[in-house]
Amino acid sequence: MMIGAGITRREDDRLLTGHGRYLDDLDIPDALAAAFLRSPHAHARINGMDLSAARSAPGVVAVYSGADLMEIQKPLAPKVLHPDLVDFPRLPMPPSEVHYVGEPVAIVIAENRYLAEDALELIDVDYEILPAIASTAAALAPDAPMAHSGATSNVAVRLVQRSGNAEKALDEAPHRLSEEFFVMRGGGHSMEPRAVAARFEPSLGQVTIWDTTQSPHYARQQLSVIYGMAEDDIRVVAPPDVGGGFGPKAQFYGEEVVVPWVAMKLGRTVKWVEDRQENFVSAMMERSQTHRIEVGFDSSGKLLALRDFVEHDQGAYCAGLQVPSITTATVPGPYRVPDIQIELVACYTNMVPTSSVRGAGRPQAVFAMERMMDRIAEYLDLDPAEVRARNLIQADEFPYRVGIMFRDGSPLTYDSGNFPALLSGALERIDYSAAREFQAQARASGRYVGIGLAVYVEGCGLGPYEGAKIRLTNRGKLLVTLAAAAQGQGYETVYAQIAADATGVDMEHISVVTGDTSRIPFGQGTFASRITATCGPAVHDAGLRMRERLLDTASRILGSDAVTLSGDRVSMDGDPEKSVSLSDIARIANIGKHGITLPEGIKPGIETMSYFAPSRAAYASGAHAALVEVDPLTGGVQVLKYVIGHDCGNVINPLLVDGQVLGGFAHGIGNALYEDTAYDAQGQPQTASYLDYPLVSAVEVPPVSLFHLHTPSPLNPLGVKGAGEGGTIPAPAAIAGAIEDALRPLRARITHAPTTPARVFAAIPRES
Amino acid sequence: MSVRIAVTVNSKSYHETVDDRYTLADFLRERLRLTGTHLGCEHGVCGACTVIVDGASVRSCLMLAAQADGASVETVESLAAGGDLNPVQRAFKENHALQCGFCTSGFLMSVTAALREGPVRSADEAREVLSGNICRCTGYRGMVQAVLDVSS
Repeated sequence: MMIGAGITRREDDRLLTGHGRYLDDLDIPDALAAAFLRSPHAHARINGMDLSAARSAPGVVAVYSGADLMEIQKPLAPKVLHPDLVDFPRLPMPPSEVHYVGEPVAIVIAENRYLAEDALELIDVDYEILPAIASTAAALAPDAPMAHSGATSNVAVRLVQRSGNAEKALDEAPHRLSEEFFVMRGGGHSMEPRAVAARFEPSLGQVTIWDTTQSPHYARQQLSVIYGMAEDDIRVVAPPDVGGGFGPKAQFYGEEVVVPWVAMKLGRTVKWVEDRQENFVSAMMERSQTHRIEVGFDSSGKLLALRDFVEHDQGAYCAGLQVPSITTATVPGPYRVPDIQIELVACYTNMVPTSSVRGAGRPQAVFAMERMMDRIAEYLDLDPAEVRARNLIQADEFPYRVGIMFRDGSPLTYDSGNFPALLSGALERIDYSAAREFQAQARASGRYVGIGLAVYVEGCGLGPYEGAKIRLTNRGKLLVTLAAAAQGQGYETVYAQIAADATGVDMEHISVVTGDTSRIPFGQGTFASRITATCGPAVHDAGLRMRERLLDTASRILGSDAVTLSGDRVSMDGDPEKSVSLSDIARIANIGKHGITLPEGIKPGIETMSYFAPSRAAYASGAHAALVEVDPLTGGVQVLKYVIGHDCGNVINPLLVDGQVLGGFAHGIGNALYEDTAYDAQGQPQTASYLDYPLVSAVEVPPVSLFHLHTPSPLNPLGVKGAGEGGTIPAPAAIAGAIEDALRPLRARITHAPTTPARVFAAIPRES
Repeated sequence: MSVRIAVTVNSKSYHETVDDRYTLADFLRERLRLTGTHLGCEHGVCGACTVIVDGASVRSCLMLAAQADGASVETVESLAAGGDLNPVQRAFKENHALQCGFCTSGFLMSVTAALREGPVRSADEAREVLSGNICRCTGYRGMVQAVLDVSS
């Protein structure tokens, strides 16, 4: 069995020796370099643009403003829509009005990037600066200026999720508590920024586009609509190596429209590689939300009602309502809540548009809910672990209907899990009672030690479908082709493991290719921790069919039904001398002999294909526990111990799953303590370098004790769920809970993530 | 302005004319096509572009090619001498210390330079050695273990 084996990766050798094939490493001969001029204003009208000096600068081949490319100024469609959404068109390179600092307004094509950037400085734009909105509070203020000229409101949409009657239940509840929480903006920060290159082949009428996208088929579909070209004439290739995704690369951007179009216009190969400065002001971000949450509960701490009002920062345009929809569905989490009401108001602001970043709307929801679980415990003077345990959905209650809807359009239903075992496992590993004792001793000696807990669910493995193709190549190998594109998840290894088990062919004879629209017609992309749970079953099914084809063909050749497959040979039972190799099978059934009839019973063309469409999202789950010490004088936080319990169902490769969870956790520590994308009131980014926006290094990420449960999902034949985001989601909540617990003697209230030293310091009431 | 430089890269000597503003990273990547050195931030923080210049680990995005005149440069491409992964590379692989791999070259060069100064004795020391580079994928645990494995 290869499924379940923690084998090292096939990708590693090339990456370790400097032979990775990232977009900017590819040999793309004669490529010109592109550079974008970006708006320095958060909101402005473009009254004119003088490109003449730039056009005559050394090495410059062409310069275009948005107004020069009106034929492609079509809206980049939001992904998840709602009938009530007030949508403002996000144009590839807006010709007349810009809505955030960093929005592209012109492109220079030159012999190299140095010369292209020189020319950018010669472009003169006449901007009329307009008032800007830089927070949801500013967007919703009475008499607020409009983030988009001509709008009558900054509200993109208002939505309500309801189960039962939360208002009535709150009124009748013996106790109720409310609080306001803020989660700040943060980015994906893949170490490789975005990049696009394109070459037009006039003889074929086809354009080849190399794109660091997580979703090549999605990009192709958007381009097909905007360019008015058949999808077969657009080949989008996500290079074999993409330097991280984390959500922002799953979105579709103006640069992806402009660069290939300009390449076609010029009949030249053009490459654009985003630099970090651009990435800070133009790659989509996430997280900024305000939650005003209220819970009703009885004297035992049992939840009776939950009401949450969520303000979501959509940014300058709506790239889709996926993130806020996930938030509203994630607030109740792993708990039984009889009456729920969650209201969302999504607002336009003059900041970079938001969409999913690892976690995708869930960290905010978990932050609000878990902080309230702590507050209930405090109010009733109960143990916070006990309050959680009393409210958890039990292992025998699945499938569990929450009563509200999920982002995939189906009623929110948890497929499987064992939340109590996750919580008790986390408590056991952090040695909870000893930790409480340690806390008491520390307090007695004037130190501030606290324990934080967070339990969460993660809807993952979203539809609509993902596909895989397996072909017996003419060289007698199996080639697994995925539509999905990898950004470091190890697809070449994982999907060979699944294919090996399904086909019975040794892994060494199986290779995997990914992310090229010319190799497989349909696909969706890598996002929402969905590929293992969608592509996995597709590969498995295509593999089973491939096995059948191989055995059937071999038994015709050998003239016996009693055949077995081992390694890359099919042998007649009891007669090891009589066998055929995969090469023999390929020669007969695939290559054939020109003009000669196939042997009787042999079916030509050994290729199998499968698409898997899940009936709804699967639910991964987990519990985190943190032990921290806080210095109230500096606001510094030290994580003394951290435990992660994680349940993503059956596991294909435990080594890689651990990597996903621990990597996600590092991102979560960033969100909990460090990463904060700040804008001033005029919408000017204040954190546009790694000097101002700290990503965690090896010294900031504490050691973790990680354990797994494996509750299979009933929604797919492999029983798998997603693993990409669970490490991130609850970390800010667990850390904030621990900090508040540590500072309880000082009555500090922790309501913001990230909990930076300045925020910790500010949270301590002055008189103490 | 053009500058003539003589530089040794991975034991091979090159005599080249470069623009005075050409970075060492671009020189390695574009001129010599040694694309294992990556650019993650171009302001000297992420460390993806780390190479070894005359024995010291250096951000090649912050150094000009002209400044490398007369220097000896080592890049990630020099590590697997003879085609086999060296002990540091092997330890990274065995400990799943890389995912997307974009930052990996920089980490390998930082670790290589550090280990030449002496063994790394504790996880805390390993974290210090790694702290000049940023990885967004792994959470660093595999890398810490890899450094300890190589040192022991």
